[in-house]
Amino acid sequence: MTKKTVIEVNNVGMEFNLNEERTDSLKEFIIKFIKREIRFQSFWALNNVSLKIYQGEKVGFVGLNGAGKSTLLKIISGVLRPTTGTVKVTGELAPLLALGAGFNQNYTGRENIYLNGATLGHSRAEMTKKFDEIVEFAELEEFIDVPVKNYSSGMKSRLAFSIATSINPDILILDEVLSVGDMAFQAKCRDRMHNMMADASMLFVSHSVGQVRKLCDKAIWLHKGSIIASGEVNEICDQYEAYVKNL
Amino acid sequence: MSEIQIKGLNDFNKYKSLLSELVRKDIKIKYRNSVLGVLWSFLDPLFRMIVLTVVFSALFNRVENYPVYYLSGHMLYALFVGASTQAMVSLVNSAGIWKSIYVPKYLYALSAVLSNFVTYLLSLLVLFAIMLVTGVEFTVYIIFMSLPILITLVMAMGAGLILGTMNVFFRDVEHLYRVFTLMLMYALPLFYPAEIIPEQYKFIQVYNPMFYLVNCSRDCFLYGKLYGLHEVIIPAVAAIILLAIGIFLLRRYQDRFILYV
Repeated sequence: MTKKTVIEVNNVGMEFNLNEERTDSLKEFIIKFIKREIRFQSFWALNNVSLKIYQGEKVGFVGLNGAGKSTLLKIISGVLRPTTGTVKVTGELAPLLALGAGFNQNYTGRENIYLNGATLGHSRAEMTKKFDEIVEFAELEEFIDVPVKNYSSGMKSRLAFSIATSINPDILILDEVLSVGDMAFQAKCRDRMHNMMADASMLFVSHSVGQVRKLCDKAIWLHKGSIIASGEVNEICDQYEAYVKNL
Repeated sequence: MSEIQIKGLNDFNKYKSLLSELVRKDIKIKYRNSVLGVLWSFLDPLFRMIVLTVVFSALFNRVENYPVYYLSGHMLYALFVGASTQAMVSLVNSAGIWKSIYVPKYLYALSAVLSNFVTYLLSLLVLFAIMLVTGVEFTVYIIFMSLPILITLVMAMGAGLILGTMNVFFRDVEHLYRVFTLMLMYALPLFYPAEIIPEQYKFIQVYNPMFYLVNCSRDCFLYGKLYGLHEVIIPAVAAIILLAIGIFLLRRYQDRFILYV
């Protein structure tokens, strides 16, 4: 393997204070402060996670709810700062974490293409060049001037996926976003991942092990914040499915 | 100890286009679904001015050219309050984005300030029209107004960052600030002459940086003269202090935002 490393995660740990997250009004804070209830209730969502992802690798993350999959992806995309450890990312990231999160609901599809493109760091001129291709792939020709709030969830995810892949990112991060598209669109996405994005790396989180098998060539199994197995996708998925069956 | 290295993450150039898209969005969304659209930027100050002139000009007949007196002061107040309020809420309102994609958070506050600046520039046209109608002389000092405007923008950005950071943790800040801006409106001589404030209450003017900026605005537009040096130095110092505190608070607490929104 002479391929270069695009993501390097070293001993990452993420600690949350469960108590902290529950105070969001000043009154509540003062009452808790006076009663001395501001205690530290620690919860480690990730423990000493280290991994390396090489260029072109398609990696699926499997694990039960609360295993830390999404937390890890958030740390890699720079949204969440880990409590311990380091993350090094080389290349351009395009995260598709939540469905249409980068969209403004009052904006039309057309306006959102420019806004979302700019959020990912691409200028108006660049997006104009890719505009037709994005609309065509998302199959939204008739609806492109309709506000996104009137889109179905499938339409939103098609548009988001289309924008994120058309800017040729080096790393694509997908968190449970493909499950809403219909079968035909899912096949189209797979096709695009294999052709156009052949050189790009992908991190994929899904509760559907079937999808992970179809899209990825490597899998990582997270359990309670630690990596318990990683390797060839079918091997790990078999182990994981066997574990789930015995629960 | 933790560290994230992502290439080009802190590169302002990369986000220049996002800033211009955000400013564009703020202005577009504000007037979306209204028939008159951006015309409201002119109509809003115009109608306010007419109402207040009718209500107050008889009461304060000492004030010469009440329409221009009111507009030149109120427009600057509206710029500060609009920019700082929008900057404050922008940090929470953009959560959907920065929870999934890394974007420098100050960008949202900056775009709120800049879009309010654009609306201010549009409303200047109304002021110029009223000046023309009421026969106020256009002097070179109008150009000197750019400095007080810049100070107002810096101050609004600073206040917006401070309040915005606090607002992420305590949503009460939004409501408290609304009360504060109302108090500020009455503390400033916007629709009454500054002299009517009795001596023992003068401190609400002396310690208020916006007071000096409102005076600058009237000097430049209405009285056609240059403002005193202290009238820009005092608010400039206040603006820089606010901005420094704002940047400090944001840098210190922005990593924890995601846990609270």
